[in-house]
Amino acid sequence: MSTESTPALVKGAAGVDSAESDGPAPAGPSARGPRSRSTAAYLRYVAGKLVGAAVSLFAVLVTSFFLFRLIPGDPVKQMTGGRQVSTEQIAAMRREFGLDLPLWQQFTEYCGKALTGDFGTSYQFRAPVIDKISEALPATLLLTGTAFVLYTVIGVWLGARSAWRSGSVGDRAHTALALTLYSVPSFWLGLLLIITLSVGIGPIPGLFPTGGMESGNTSGFDYVLDVAHHMVLPVITLVAVEYARTLLVMRSSLLDEMGSDYLTTARAKGLRDDLVRRRHAVPNAMLPTVTLLFVNLGTTVAGAILVETVFSWPGLGGLFYQALSVPDLPLVQALFFVFAAAVIIMNTLADVIYPLLDPRVGR
Amino acid sequence: MVTRVPPRSSRPRRRMRVLLASGAAALALAAGSVVPGNPLTPAPPQAQAADSGRTTLTVAVAQSVDSLSPFLAQRLVSTSVYRLMYDYLTNYDPKDNHAIPGLATKWEPSADKLTWTYTIRSDSKWSDGHQATAEDAAWTFNKMMTDEGAATANGNFVANFEKVTAPSADKLVIQLKQPQATMAALDVPIVPKHVWEKVSDFSKFNNDTEFPIVGNGPFILTDYKVDSYVKLKANKDFWRGSPKFDEIVFRYYKDQDAAVAALRKGEVSFVAGSPSLTPAQSASLKNAPDIKVNDAPGRRFYALAVNPGARTKDGEKFGDGHPALLDQKVRQALFMAVDRATIIDKVFQGHAVEGEGYIPPRFSDYFWKPAADQELAYDPAKAASTLDEAGYKKNSDGKRVGKDGKPLDFRILCHATDPNDKAVGKYLQEWWGDLGVGLKVDCIDNVSDPWYAGEYDLAFDGWSVNPDPDFVMSIHTCAALPSKPKESAATDNFICDKQFDELYKKQNVEYDTGKRAALVKQMESRLYDTGYMNVMAYPNAVEAYRTDQIESITTMPSDAGNIYGQDGYWSWWSAVPADAASAGSDDSGGSSTGVLVGVGVAVVVLAGGGLLFAMRRRSTAEDRE
Repeated sequence: MSTESTPALVKGAAGVDSAESDGPAPAGPSARGPRSRSTAAYLRYVAGKLVGAAVSLFAVLVTSFFLFRLIPGDPVKQMTGGRQVSTEQIAAMRREFGLDLPLWQQFTEYCGKALTGDFGTSYQFRAPVIDKISEALPATLLLTGTAFVLYTVIGVWLGARSAWRSGSVGDRAHTALALTLYSVPSFWLGLLLIITLSVGIGPIPGLFPTGGMESGNTSGFDYVLDVAHHMVLPVITLVAVEYARTLLVMRSSLLDEMGSDYLTTARAKGLRDDLVRRRHAVPNAMLPTVTLLFVNLGTTVAGAILVETVFSWPGLGGLFYQALSVPDLPLVQALFFVFAAAVIIMNTLADVIYPLLDPRVGR
Repeated sequence: MVTRVPPRSSRPRRRMRVLLASGAAALALAAGSVVPGNPLTPAPPQAQAADSGRTTLTVAVAQSVDSLSPFLAQRLVSTSVYRLMYDYLTNYDPKDNHAIPGLATKWEPSADKLTWTYTIRSDSKWSDGHQATAEDAAWTFNKMMTDEGAATANGNFVANFEKVTAPSADKLVIQLKQPQATMAALDVPIVPKHVWEKVSDFSKFNNDTEFPIVGNGPFILTDYKVDSYVKLKANKDFWRGSPKFDEIVFRYYKDQDAAVAALRKGEVSFVAGSPSLTPAQSASLKNAPDIKVNDAPGRRFYALAVNPGARTKDGEKFGDGHPALLDQKVRQALFMAVDRATIIDKVFQGHAVEGEGYIPPRFSDYFWKPAADQELAYDPAKAASTLDEAGYKKNSDGKRVGKDGKPLDFRILCHATDPNDKAVGKYLQEWWGDLGVGLKVDCIDNVSDPWYAGEYDLAFDGWSVNPDPDFVMSIHTCAALPSKPKESAATDNFICDKQFDELYKKQNVEYDTGKRAALVKQMESRLYDTGYMNVMAYPNAVEAYRTDQIESITTMPSDAGNIYGQDGYWSWWSAVPADAASAGSDDSGGSSTGVLVGVGVAVVVLAGGGLLFAMRRRSTAEDRE
């Protein structure tokens, strides 16, 4: 990144120019001033984070190879179990999957291919692993993305509201409900929703499908509505279980801000309480929440496995479950890498964005 | 002085609340009422498709399709689907499993037992209009014999084939290396040569990109979406007659409880388990309206397997099986201390039949039971005296010890994923404990590694049996042992018994059905006497379907049998849609509910909109001030 383009980035995002003047005087021959120096520091910080992320990704790549080979079970025996197969067929499959090669050779081949984006061929589906992941990824992104947006909005909004009126009946009720839902196993909540809102109980009619992502007989706008209809219950389940974390972090960080002098000043200027909260308190309290949201975004992808299973959602969660049951090593390794990569990338993004929100970080 | 401004912010908060609430309610309810064909009734009849009056039978499945290529697919769901897509040379009679015509109308061996000639029917057409001929069958078998990729799934069927030719359109000739009695049990789908000869790599071609897929079975596969559905339409030109349902859809339910919920709601017509519905699920469905639970005799057996001393084909020993179990008396004593009636009653909760011989009673031709003087009935006292005779007397602590003074302690391999194994393990600990024998139950996720390494004393074992018993018998022959220690092999648990092997060879070349069955029964008798395999139960196949969607369906065996995973296409080919009249009454209920909900949605949306408008007016008025 050139130095010409970075000031805009800092200025646009930080919005707290006073922080720059608090910094130490420029040292050495550089005559670019505080802003340039702080940009360079930021770039160094970002580069460090990117290198750290790359190292982590490589570590995950290596771990994923050995980790799943510790699981007992021979994929060929598992896949052919209970079927009429000859010893020759078993040997042919081992050859085809490369399982007859020494472990070190399997490892070097795996690493070499993975670095070029080739994760091999799935044992059970006889298709490139990348194709299987590409087929399932959109469904997972749709489900978890929608849930993420909803639980972020609900969590931030309710968290701010609870903190602003801490100790009130509403605060206690919100917190208690959020904590209760947070402790509920997602598959159990999902099943309850299926029994009540899908099958229907007593006066409650069955409003939603019991599973899947589509009915399979729609197209165009009807298809969009159909998918939306199928999404309602899994999204509710994910949101109900996940929004508590955001709520609690938002609530506690806003509580920390509540006694600050700048809020008193804002109120003294005659600002409405609502504006004091929205324009002054909440933006400052958002910092820890932003970090949490990025981490959540990474973990939600993997965290939807149970919900995807209960609602038969054709996403990565179900694919991972099937891959583990064999174990379908190329698929398991690749999915593990994808899940871990999502967390690492989101954490890195949070690290990169955080100094833009709070310039004290990364200096 | 700092004056706290009184909170005046209730309006935006309330506005947000109302906006969210009304929006969420409207979206959720609207989606429920707008989606075409989307039912609001608790039990909508899916057998009648609303749009065109086509009848659709929906089957809940959990297993993912591994491949739609019959050369590759290994899973039950895939083999069930291509049973519907392609015809086989022969089929099995749903009454008693004997071989009946399929694509071949008749078949006969030569005098030297090495050449089989099949007559191919003239009234079977591929769905693209081409005639199905002997050339297609010959090409299918030859491809499996010459291409390793094409042999992945069914290569074992052609392992003994010398040469396959099609001298004419209606004659298929198979020459064998050795005689084999299973030539009417070649469960190989015959594919159209003119379509499949274009495939370049059989190990990677999954047959799932171009629809409809050309076939000649009772159904034509028209659409497939990974882990969502598999759709097939009735083949109106099928030579045995068109199926009664216009369409069959296999729909995915990864969670069995969700599948049961879908059956209750009417989203699916049929639910099987994997392999059975649980006792709790079947009990909950038993009294549900319009649902029939089919608690059928299963094709599986559930047994105790003893490590007979793991060894290779060359006799090299490996593993660490307990030496006491090499004594037939010890094995038989252990089995006499197993109360099978309690296992059926308490563990399977009645959904199983007490085990005896190796092949379940539904395969009546080959079912064998021990004579009274041969039977190892539950008799703890006799078990104790048998162990005394074998030299394992109880010491002062009540433990059985051998001549070397070491107590009898065994390990049993149990599948951690199977609750039955765990429960039976607990009973065995109790019963054998009373006998003075210790038992450690090793429940692990994947038992195959210690099993193939011979590192176990006993194990819970079970197999699904085919109408032809050749395979389940072959896994106990010496030829099935591994070539090297711990190597994958066809053997089930290292049994190698000369007497059993001789009987196996005889039955394999016996073309007379009655004589062959007698030989198979002798093999079962020998297996029972040696005590290496003791069958405790035949678990039932428990499944359920909606009677308001399916009026009748053929089970296999037809008197009392299962529906899902049959040897043949009988269930789905024979299923008759329920009377449309009963479906109609449910529909009206659904419509009225839909109207009510629709009105509700309109009221909520209007009220929310009105409220928002009023608040907006007030807000702007204040701002003006």
